[in-house]
Amino acid sequence: MSEASLERGIAALKEQIDAPVAAFFSSCTHCGMCADACLFHTETGCPTYTPIYKVEPMRRLWEQEYTLLGRAKKALGLSKPITEEELEKWQSKVYNTCTLCGRCSMVCPVGNDITGMIRKMREGMSAGGFAPEGLIGASERAVEIGSPMGVRLPALKAQIKHAEKDTGLAIPMDVEGAEYLVLLSSMEIMNYPEYLHAITRIFHQAGKTWTLCSEAFEATNSGIQIGSSDIAAELVGRVVAAAEKLKVKTVISPECGHAYTAIRWEGPNLVHKEFGFKVQHILEVLDELRAEGLLKTEGIEEAKLTFHDPCQLVRRGGVVEQPRNLLDMIAPNFVEMEDSGVMNWCCGAGGGVSANEDADKVRNKAFNRKKKQLESLDIDVVVTACANCRIQLEDGLEINEMDIPILGLTEMLAEHLKEDKPVEEETS
Amino acid sequence: MNSADFLLWVRGTGLQIATVIFVFGVVLRLFEILTLGHKKNLAVTRGSGFKEGFRNILTRSLPRDKNTLRRSMFTIVTGYVLHIGLFVVIFLLAPHISLFEGIFGFGWPSISTPIVDLFAVLTMIALLAILYHRLTNPVLKFLSTKQDYFVWALTFVPLITGYLSYHHLFLNYNWMLGIHILSVELLMIFLPFTKLSHAFTLFIARWYSGSMMGEKGVKS
Ligand code: SF4
Ligand code: SF4
Repeated sequence: MSEASLERGIAALKEQIDAPVAAFFSSCTHCGMCADACLFHTETGCPTYTPIYKVEPMRRLWEQEYTLLGRAKKALGLSKPITEEELEKWQSKVYNTCTLCGRCSMVCPVGNDITGMIRKMREGMSAGGFAPEGLIGASERAVEIGSPMGVRLPALKAQIKHAEKDTGLAIPMDVEGAEYLVLLSSMEIMNYPEYLHAITRIFHQAGKTWTLCSEAFEATNSGIQIGSSDIAAELVGRVVAAAEKLKVKTVISPECGHAYTAIRWEGPNLVHKEFGFKVQHILEVLDELRAEGLLKTEGIEEAKLTFHDPCQLVRRGGVVEQPRNLLDMIAPNFVEMEDSGVMNWCCGAGGGVSANEDADKVRNKAFNRKKKQLESLDIDVVVTACANCRIQLEDGLEINEMDIPILGLTEMLAEHLKEDKPVEEETS
Repeated sequence: MNSADFLLWVRGTGLQIATVIFVFGVVLRLFEILTLGHKKNLAVTRGSGFKEGFRNILTRSLPRDKNTLRRSMFTIVTGYVLHIGLFVVIFLLAPHISLFEGIFGFGWPSISTPIVDLFAVLTMIALLAILYHRLTNPVLKFLSTKQDYFVWALTFVPLITGYLSYHHLFLNYNWMLGIHILSVELLMIFLPFTKLSHAFTLFIARWYSGSMMGEKGVKS
């Protein structure tokens, strides 16, 4: 990548302006409804966190470059150009106080996809050198080491060993022709190895072939969060190469929200080609196995529990029914949160916010929204399907001295897995 | 210029100028938007973006859900009264319909003038409430620019002058009617170049966001 500069930033931002963006800016009436939908505004009361205001520099650029009147004004020296100071100031709006959760885009009465615009705004910000340190570091580690948290293959191998010992099953690595290529998030490798145990047992019972890949095991994509299509494409490209080399039918995105957006929805557009394989979130796969009778459970979860919908799965990803179908198998005491499904509130840590120390304080404030949602329910357990949400939920509940355990859905299903097939036969 | 000349001018030349600028502005704005293009989505889609786009054009006019309605109650209620009111006042008042008939060659049934009058009053109350909200609500106060107040006035003046001329209040009827027509012409001239353009660009905005979400299988 070439040196970041204001000019590069503006050029990158100009490239992002397309017909939808122009239609959105033309239609905004400053009604303020998007502010009511954004947890960073509702929990801080700060009007500068109004979603549409987060893209104000891009609006001016659009007006100055792509409208006749704006161009005339610019030629006459009547318009305010975008400056370095301004974009520096905008960093906290574009990164620290937006998780790209998509909630604002659901309520805007004129139909503006404000979230999508903020995602685009980040392209200009990162090219201009206005991205936060934390995200720059994560992106560099992702490109150089292969993981934003710096997790290397030996660390994964150590976890694999553990999992093999615990489950008595072999964990396939670099197996050509397997049906599924399983990706993991660094957080799962380091904080929640239960996930790997769970899928190992579930796939064994389902009789499905799967594999990890030593060259592409990381699913998360810091390029998406920082807003650099170049980095994002490089990271997606590694997964595509692995999937093609191993000739798998399906790539499985793990319990992570934005990883799914990155590979499922942005992926093909980033590498400019349609994929020759399917991409599914683990919950989609599990729900299919359930429907085919290949995922059977026994016993039930007595606890009263609720499901925290990760934004990138529901609102930005369309995976809404699957977790509910799966919970239905084992959780008779499942209750929905107020504003569940596509209108669920973000945990406050998505879209790169958790990797950005500058955002720590406001992130904890934003969590109050989730706290209120959970408090009104009186539940014993929260289930979710994203390691990033899970860490934020754990942290937030701890800070607020609320003692509610958080579980990953895949892992909870595995706890109730009906194991007809003996495990010994496959270990060798 | 006396009042009769003035009325004649706004009904003739004035209206012609306004119409030309209005049509030019709308075409220009559509051209400016659509020529920017939109890259084809290469991800395997879950639903028809086309269909969901059109669905979104309709459903975005309804409140999203109970809690959103509660949170943005003031904006939503005043917004409905304003837009329904404007529709009734602009398109269902007998003299307006005969004007449209003169231009397009066909008309449609009107509703009784006292009812339209009531709508005009409600619409003006809604606009005043919206202005009050803009001036006092922290988010709106913060977001609002000069243009927001300007377009508010552009919308309000035709209503109040229409009301006054219908009731023969304040000025002599010809003058008042002339000013009413002139204010509508100003509205027409500025509409495509200000955020009032949402009146037509909103369909494009809703279509795009609806179809992008629809392709992902999300009901927008
Ligand atoms: S909700 Fe939509 S129209 Fe209203 S201020 Fe936000 S972006 Fe603009
Ligand atoms: S995407 Fe979410 S966090 Fe970002 S501005 Fe919109 S509502 Fe707020």
